[in-house]
Amino acid sequence: MAPKLQLAIYWAAACGGCDVAILDTDEKILDIAEAADIVLWPIAMDFKYEDIYKMEPGSIDVCLFNGAIRTSEQEEIAKALRARSKFMIAFGACAAWGGIPGLANLTNREEIFNTVYQETATTINEEDIRPDTNYPGPEGELHLPRIYDRVWSLDQVVNVDYYVPGCPPTPETIWTAILAIVTGNLPPKGTTIAGIKSLCDTCEREKTEKKITQFKRPFEIIADPKKCLLEQGLICCGPVTRDGCGHRCTNNNMPCRGCYGPSEKVSDQGAKLLNAIASIMDVKDEKSAQELAATWEDPAGTVYRFSLAKSLIYDYKKGGE
Amino acid sequence: MSVCKTRVTIDPITRLEGHGKIEIFLNDAGNVERAYLQIPELRGFEKFCEGRPAEEMPRITSRICGVCPEAHHIASTKALDAVWHVDPPHTAKKLRELLFNAHMLHSHIAHFYALAAPDFVVGPGADKKDRNILGVIAKVGLETGQEVIKHRSYAQKIQAMIGGKATHPVCGLPGGMSKPITEEERQQIESMALSLVDFAEVSLQIFRDVVLKNKAYVDLILSDAYSLNPYSMGMVDENNHVNFYDGIMRITDPEGKEYVRFNANEYNNHFAEHVEPWSYLKFPYLKNVGWKGLVDGIESGLVWVGPLGRLNAADGMATARANKAYQEMYSTLGGKPAKATLAHHWARLVELMYAAERMLELSQDSEITSTDIRSIPTQTPTEGIGIVEAPRGTLMHHYVTDERGMIKKANLVVASAHGYGAMNMSVDKAAKGLIKEGKVDEAAKNMVEMAFRAYDPCFGCSTHTLTGKLPLLIRVYNTSGEKIMDLEW
Repeated sequence: MAPKLQLAIYWAAACGGCDVAILDTDEKILDIAEAADIVLWPIAMDFKYEDIYKMEPGSIDVCLFNGAIRTSEQEEIAKALRARSKFMIAFGACAAWGGIPGLANLTNREEIFNTVYQETATTINEEDIRPDTNYPGPEGELHLPRIYDRVWSLDQVVNVDYYVPGCPPTPETIWTAILAIVTGNLPPKGTTIAGIKSLCDTCEREKTEKKITQFKRPFEIIADPKKCLLEQGLICCGPVTRDGCGHRCTNNNMPCRGCYGPSEKVSDQGAKLLNAIASIMDVKDEKSAQELAATWEDPAGTVYRFSLAKSLIYDYKKGGE
Repeated sequence: MSVCKTRVTIDPITRLEGHGKIEIFLNDAGNVERAYLQIPELRGFEKFCEGRPAEEMPRITSRICGVCPEAHHIASTKALDAVWHVDPPHTAKKLRELLFNAHMLHSHIAHFYALAAPDFVVGPGADKKDRNILGVIAKVGLETGQEVIKHRSYAQKIQAMIGGKATHPVCGLPGGMSKPITEEERQQIESMALSLVDFAEVSLQIFRDVVLKNKAYVDLILSDAYSLNPYSMGMVDENNHVNFYDGIMRITDPEGKEYVRFNANEYNNHFAEHVEPWSYLKFPYLKNVGWKGLVDGIESGLVWVGPLGRLNAADGMATARANKAYQEMYSTLGGKPAKATLAHHWARLVELMYAAERMLELSQDSEITSTDIRSIPTQTPTEGIGIVEAPRGTLMHHYVTDERGMIKKANLVVASAHGYGAMNMSVDKAAKGLIKEGKVDEAAKNMVEMAFRAYDPCFGCSTHTLTGKLPLLIRVYNTSGEKIMDLEW
C-alpha cells in the first residue's frame, strides 16, 4: 500500500468557515481521512505547534492554509508549515487575497486598538490598558503575538503553489482540488483551482444592453429575480469575479461581492470592476457623470471587498514589518 | 508572590473555533498558582465596518465567524431593522427563525460529535491520534457516524435553501429577506426536520448511555474542579421559555433568582467590557454589579451564556420533547441552577431537540411560503441594536449610522466574549484540581482543555472588531487615449 498522504490544515486570520466547508464535503470527509493522515487541524484534532516543529522538511505532502496573516504568530506558523510542506495551498479568500479581514488595511493597528480598547460603547478602560506582547504578570511573563499594522495575503509572506478561491470555497471546488492532489493530476503551479470564466459569463439572468442611470442599494428595491442585477442598478461584482461558486448569491437574489476573486487574466479585481462600471454609466457629460458617481456609496469597500490586501494599491511582498 | 519557575503551556488549544493558548504557572511545590486562557489575535472588524453601507453589514460581519455565520448575519439584520425603524412581514421573521434553528442544529451537532465527544467516547486520556471525530466514528460504528454526517448536512442544506449559502448567508435585509421559499422547498425542509427530531432523540440517548451510565464521567461532571457559580443569561419568550431568535433578555443570579430583564435596546445599560493586558479579548461583565476581577459568585459580575446559561436563565423549553429533556437534566443534576460546567454538553443536546422541534413547527406554518417577505424602509436610518442567541450565547450588534445609512460606529459583543471571564475561571479551577505536585501528563493537559471545551468557545468570533475609507479616482479616456474627465469615488 502506498504511504498515506500527509495533510495539514491550518487557520490564520480566518473565521473557521473554510474548515466548516471541508466538513461540508459530507461523507467524502471519510474518503479524505481514508486517503490521508491529518497531521494538524486545530478545529478537530489535538496536535499542537510543538508537533509541527518536530517534523522534518518535506514531511507534509499538502498544507491547506486558510486565513490571512495579521499577527507574528500566524507568520511564524505559515513559515514553519511552508518549510515542511511539498505543496502549500492558499485555501479560501483570506489566504488568497486577504479576504474580509483585509479591509482592515483601510485603517491601522493604532486606530483599531483605540476603537476596540477605548472607544466602543461598552468599553470601560479608565487606566487606558492595552494588551501587551510581554506582560509581566505576578506569576511570570505572559506573551501575546504582535498584531501587524496591516493584513497580508499568504503569498506575500511565503511561496504558494496553488489557490483555492471562495468565502468559503464550495464543497465542489474543494473536492476538485483534493482529487487533483490525491491523483497527482496537478495543473501548473500558481493556478487557481476553479472556473476560468467570469461569473457574468455563466449567469443565467436576462441581460440586455447595460446602461446604469441610477445606482440602487439592495435594501431600496425588490430586485427582479430574472433580470441582470447590474442592469437594475445594483452593484454586482460578477463581471470581474471568477466563476465556480455556483451563483449562490445571485440565485438568492443578492448581488455578487466577489468572494471567488479576480477571474482569469484580471490582475486587480477592484480596478477592473470600477472600469467596467464606469463604462456602462449612462451619462452625457462630466457633470452628469459626477452626479451619478456620487450616488454609489463606498465603492472601495465594495469592489475590494475580498481582495484589498492583494490589490495594486497594497500589493507588495512583506519585508520585515 | 514570587515569580513561578515552572510553567506548562498548551498552544494552540484545540477542538474549538479560533485561536487560544493556556499558560499554567506552577509554584515550588508543583501545584498550580494560576492558569490563564489567553486569546492571541484581533482582526479589527469594529473599526473597518466604519464607512461601509449599513445594509452590507450582515454579509461582512458573518465573516467574523464561519462556524456561526447565521448568528452574526441575523443579529446584524435585526440591528438593521432597528436602524431603519422598519418591521419585517411575519413570513420574513419566520424564515429568519427557521434559518436560525437550522443553524443551531448544524453548530450543536458539529460541537457535540466532532469537538466534545472525543473526550467522552474515545476518552479524556486517549492518544491524541485517536482523540478526534475519526476516533469517535471508530468507536460508535460507521453507521452512526454516517447518521451524524447526514443530519449535519441536512441542517446545512436548509440554511443554504433560505440563506443562499450555508456558510456566510446573503438573505438578510433591513425589513425582510431577499428570497421566499417554494412549497417544494418547504416539503423538503419538513421532511428533514422530522428526521432531525428523531436524530436529537438518538443523541440524547447516546449521552445517557455513554456519559450518564459511566460513573467515572458522572463523578467528573459533578466534581468541584469542573463547577462554577456565576450569573446566567439567555433570551426568553413571554413564558420564560428559551428562544434563540427573539424575545426578552433575562439574567438569573447564582442562586437562580431573576436578577434583571431587559430589551435589546437597553443592552448598554447592563453590560460593560473590561480590558486586561494579557489578552486581546475583552471581558464583558454586568455593569451594575461592577468589575471585580476573575472571581465567582454573587459579588462577581461574570455570566454564563450559551446552552447552560440559557437553560439556567429560563423556566423551561417551548416544545414538548425538549421540555421533557430539560426537566430530566435538572432533576438528575439536583435542581437549578446547574453549576457543573460540563453540563453545558447536556444542555446543548436539550437545545438540539428544541431547535429540531421548532424547525418542524415553522416548516408546517401556513405563512412560511408566502412571498410577502419585504418591507421597504421609508424612514431615515439612525441607530439600532440587534440581539440573538448564537449557539455559544448572547450576541449583540450595535450600529450608529449617518442619515444615508453609512456606518459611523459599530460595537459587537459576541457570545464567547460574554463567557470569557467564566471560561478563564473554569480553566484555572480545573488546572488547580487536576495538576498536583508537578505531575502533568498529556491526559491532565487535555482535561484542563475540557474545561473551556464545555463552553464550545469561538475565538474567531471574539477577535472581531471591523473601517476606513479609501478615496478612489477614475480617469476616463476616449478611444484616442485622450483624458476626458476624472471621477472621484
